[in-house]
Amino acid sequence: MPEEVNDMPFSIPREEFMEPGHTACHGCGATLAMRYVLKALGKDTVVSVPASCWAVIPGAMPNRTLNVPMVYTPFAATGASITGLRVAMDILGKEDCNVVGFAGDGGTADIGLQSLSGAMERGHNVFYIMYDNEGYMNTGVQRSGSTPYGAETTTTPVRAERNFKHQQKKVVADLMMAQGVPYVATATVAYPEDLIRKIVNAKKIAGPKFIQILSPCPTGWYFPTEKTIEISRMAVQSGMFPLYEYSNGKLRVTKPSKTISIRDYVSVQDRFMHLDEEDVSNLQSAVDQRMKNLLDRERETSGA
Amino acid sequence: MMRVPLADVSSRVNHTDSWRILRPEIDYGKCIRCMICWKFCPDNAITVSESEDIKSPNERVARLEAPVIDLDYCKGCGICANECPEDCVEMVYESRGVN
Ligand SMILES: Cc1ncc(C[n+]2csc(CCOP(=O)(O)OP(=O)(O)O)c2C)c(N)n1
Ligand code: SF4
Ligand code: SF4
Ligand code: SF4
Ligand SMILES: [Mg+2]
Repeated sequence: MPEEVNDMPFSIPREEFMEPGHTACHGCGATLAMRYVLKALGKDTVVSVPASCWAVIPGAMPNRTLNVPMVYTPFAATGASITGLRVAMDILGKEDCNVVGFAGDGGTADIGLQSLSGAMERGHNVFYIMYDNEGYMNTGVQRSGSTPYGAETTTTPVRAERNFKHQQKKVVADLMMAQGVPYVATATVAYPEDLIRKIVNAKKIAGPKFIQILSPCPTGWYFPTEKTIEISRMAVQSGMFPLYEYSNGKLRVTKPSKTISIRDYVSVQDRFMHLDEEDVSNLQSAVDQRMKNLLDRERETSGA
Repeated sequence: MMRVPLADVSSRVNHTDSWRILRPEIDYGKCIRCMICWKFCPDNAITVSESEDIKSPNERVARLEAPVIDLDYCKGCGICANECPEDCVEMVYESRGVN
């Protein structure tokens, strides 16, 4: 078969570094995040993973599901771990090896934040990937700093008191931009071509890179397993999770070709089923405000 | 050299077919080989076949590689059926016997 016909329909690299037979739930978005990141980076990569779903997805010893080395690190220590791996690799003369921290939102927005901030500040040539499933999912769906306003979790049980999460999402990518990390981007699994392009762009920068990947979780967001990609797409279209790329001091925000309302987004996930009109409009205004801030920032940094 | 235990057995040894309640079935007569199903499968359960003997909507499509579901690993999440632009993946109930 001629080459050009052969690869025509494939919009992302064909080589796989994640094997089947892993233990992730049906329709897991976090699994796709890892699959795409490794497609972008290739074989010469080492991944450091703290306590999280991804620490158990590969299965029990002696099983592995990645075809690259994977190091387990204590929950709070991903930033320190990739610092050590980077320095060790450089001493061994393996400057070209990609060193990647791959941590959940609990391990990034909450417990690992100081370790992350330190690693970024020291300027090491590392990737920090935060796969954001908006909660502590591996331990049974607890609220994290990255859980959005309005969501029910097992530590924000709704019941009669309507005790859903009342605080807005803490967006770590925005914090990293404020810290002046050389490369910061957001991505999500519905747009693997965009995600892979961002990782490839990030690789060109010989410094710290932070990428936050929204990874819908059917188990913890309470939606049917076939909707993972659809909901990932809706997160972008509704403005809940804007896609952007920040490098060389310039911010570029991707405007979705189709837009939908927050009402459309929340109505397909049972974690939001208790929200009334006022709650939804609270969420809508916070989302609109953040989008406005991002677009202002884009205008300021574009030099126009 | 000190020997350290390595996790060197591929997770391929774990078949996850028993997780499945619904099984995806591709109608190859409608499948345009766009590989969107392959792209979005979280279990890497869609393989690519070069066989030209698989049914296809027309001769041009027949020359492209086709997606083939590996039922040893498919968990039946339904993402492939939900994302297929031609609506040609149907999720059907598994009819396993109950012991
Ligand atoms: C120091 C420490 N505290 C608590 C735990 C228990 N624990 C393991 S995974 C996890 C949840 C991690 O949440 P997140 O980082 O968002 O990853 P996810 O499970 O959602 O993929 C917790 C609390 C632990 N392993 N170590
Ligand atoms: S709980 Fe969510 S993130 Fe964790 S394995 Fe299941 S679907 Fe994936
Ligand atoms: S998504 Fe549908 S049309 Fe495209 S290759 Fe898969 S089954 Fe065929
Ligand atoms: S049903 Fe899910 S696991 Fe099975 S082939 Fe389709 S996308 Fe993959
Ligand atoms: Mg999480």
